[in-house]
Amino acid sequence: MPMKELDTFRVSYLSILDEDANVDKELEPKLKKPELIELYRQMVWARRTDERMLKLQRQGRIGTFGPSTGQEAAQCAVAFAMRKQDWFAGAFREHGVRLLRGESLTRQLVYYNGQEEGNINDGDANPRNLPISVIVGAQPLHAVGLAYAMRLQGEPETCAVTFMGDGATSEGDFHEAMNFAAVWNLPVLFVVQNNQWAISVPRSKQTKSATIAQKAIAYGMPGVQVDGNDALAVYAAASEALDRGRRGEGPTLIEAVTYRLMMHTTADDQYKYRTKEEEELWWRRDPLVRFRAYLEAKKIWSEKDQEALEEEYKVEIEKQVKAFEGMSGWKPDAPFDHVFGTKHERIEAQRREFLAEIAKEADRG
Amino acid sequence: MAKLNMVQAINLALDEMMAEDPSVVVLGEDVGVDGGVFRVTEGLIEKYGEARVIDTPLAESAIIGTAIGMALAGLKPVGEMQFCGFSYIMIPQLEGHGSRYRSRTHGQFHVPLVMRVPYGGGVRALEHHSESREASLGHFPGVKVVIPSGPRNARSLMRAAILDPDPVVYMEPKRSYRAFKEDVPETPETVEIGKAQVIQEGTDVTVIAWGAMMHTTKKAVEEIRQARGASIELIDLLTISPLDTETICASVRKTGRLAVVQEAPLSFGPASEIIATVNDHALMHLEAPVKRVCGYDVVTPYFGRENLYMPTVGRARRGIEEVLDF
Repeated sequence: MPMKELDTFRVSYLSILDEDANVDKELEPKLKKPELIELYRQMVWARRTDERMLKLQRQGRIGTFGPSTGQEAAQCAVAFAMRKQDWFAGAFREHGVRLLRGESLTRQLVYYNGQEEGNINDGDANPRNLPISVIVGAQPLHAVGLAYAMRLQGEPETCAVTFMGDGATSEGDFHEAMNFAAVWNLPVLFVVQNNQWAISVPRSKQTKSATIAQKAIAYGMPGVQVDGNDALAVYAAASEALDRGRRGEGPTLIEAVTYRLMMHTTADDQYKYRTKEEEELWWRRDPLVRFRAYLEAKKIWSEKDQEALEEEYKVEIEKQVKAFEGMSGWKPDAPFDHVFGTKHERIEAQRREFLAEIAKEADRG
Repeated sequence: MAKLNMVQAINLALDEMMAEDPSVVVLGEDVGVDGGVFRVTEGLIEKYGEARVIDTPLAESAIIGTAIGMALAGLKPVGEMQFCGFSYIMIPQLEGHGSRYRSRTHGQFHVPLVMRVPYGGGVRALEHHSESREASLGHFPGVKVVIPSGPRNARSLMRAAILDPDPVVYMEPKRSYRAFKEDVPETPETVEIGKAQVIQEGTDVTVIAWGAMMHTTKKAVEEIRQARGASIELIDLLTISPLDTETICASVRKTGRLAVVQEAPLSFGPASEIIATVNDHALMHLEAPVKRVCGYDVVTPYFGRENLYMPTVGRARRGIEEVLDF
């Protein structure tokens, strides 16, 4: 019996706004001018706050964090395509998504200053943002469960969007999550920010697959690779995936090809494993520069607008950093409040001992 | 009042909770059409449909991981790990996230899920099907671990576990599944998680056991009572974590003697924690060294040898008498 071809597969790559800011008019998403400006503003906000956080870390005013610089299009354009009711289950490098979904800079600073209070959705923060998940690749499963719950509870058009990096695609939970989402036909959007490096391990050592997008094929769901530094392509791919989900057509995987322009975290020295030349190559693909050129070509943005925006953000960042630095009075025994939702004497006894001990420590001076 | 075995009692509790609360869902391998490999979820899919009784793909991490997501969004998932020996795969999700969403967000998110884990030996099963690993699970802050010992408390504990706002690992002693029946009342009962139960009062010695060992220990206690008329206080631990310090220590203060019967390996087990707790709060009331009748620190042997290795009525009796005779 001769071998029969059962199926063939193809993987697509989407680019709309290329490195030189040439736009593909046929694929260009139909965003209104104020929307385009808003998306750009969000990307700049993510960049400027990221830069400020790096400075604060270097000054010892916050702890370790993983900068997002260079990945603003991959983050903000997805968040921009999401609806308010959608869930967000991120990892730890989605600064742009978090800010766009209402989280303040102040709150990021609280988190990176080592306080759980930085995870609380208050103020404008979307109550459907899950907190930062440090364990690589674990949170996609939560997104699948969230989407399942939404459908069962009468919100079938609510999507769950989960982010991870290229390193996470080697984790078992990533594959289990895609499998479950596909089998259950759930509106889950998996966004892999392929930023080329999982700390020191390059994409080429992470997987033998030619693309990460093609991993979706094995699970019976669409996967697409996009230029992750092209906000228009990311937006278009995410919108299409979310629409599919809302129509009950199941999950999608987006591989956003981007680059981590900075260190993995502030505790990392990237020059141990890669070169400045490589970084320079990617600085030339800066998603902000490209998107600004697009707006300027459309005559909806100018040097003057940019100056005004920079000034506005400078003031706002100062305000939020001040707010953070004015915060104090963190309740020392708060961890005992939140072990369980019920009170238990075993925990309460330890709380009393803890409070007595820290009082004695204070007495020692 | 109906006479039920433990399988039927857990099934009844699940049925009652699913009928009462549409947010309760059951998920796991073979829990739907098959009714579970032990038939604990039998009949539920017919009653509540496949959206609420979910036959999942074969992946333990995803069963708990998706259950965490469901719980975050307001469902009350009851997941099944088919055997304790397969449950270690759930630990990264349980410790990494299930136990932490509450503290991580200071209570804004929480994870009211139940993971059912059939455990323990004595059913002539294959490798990885006979372990007793409650100690490992009890070590994670933010996780509650409960173990019923008979049909009646299996039903009330399951109800309590589903109503509980936190992740609860509900370990089911397979050996007791169909070993005996008990009267289970018409009206659903609940128990307080975190509380042990004094099931027989006495003054000469306190004996603590849980799960399948409760049945073994009861027989040993009865033999001792008949042989020498000793007055034994018997405690069913029911909750491994958080441990009920008060009930344990109040009893030891009264009797001055303690024996603990544990199926799990000796070292770092709940028996060790019980002794340390007594050391903290009731040491000066002890009139004899505490005796541990436990499993050994060996890899659980295949079933050809398992009966030699599990605490027996005889070992439990000898251990308790050693304390009485000191």
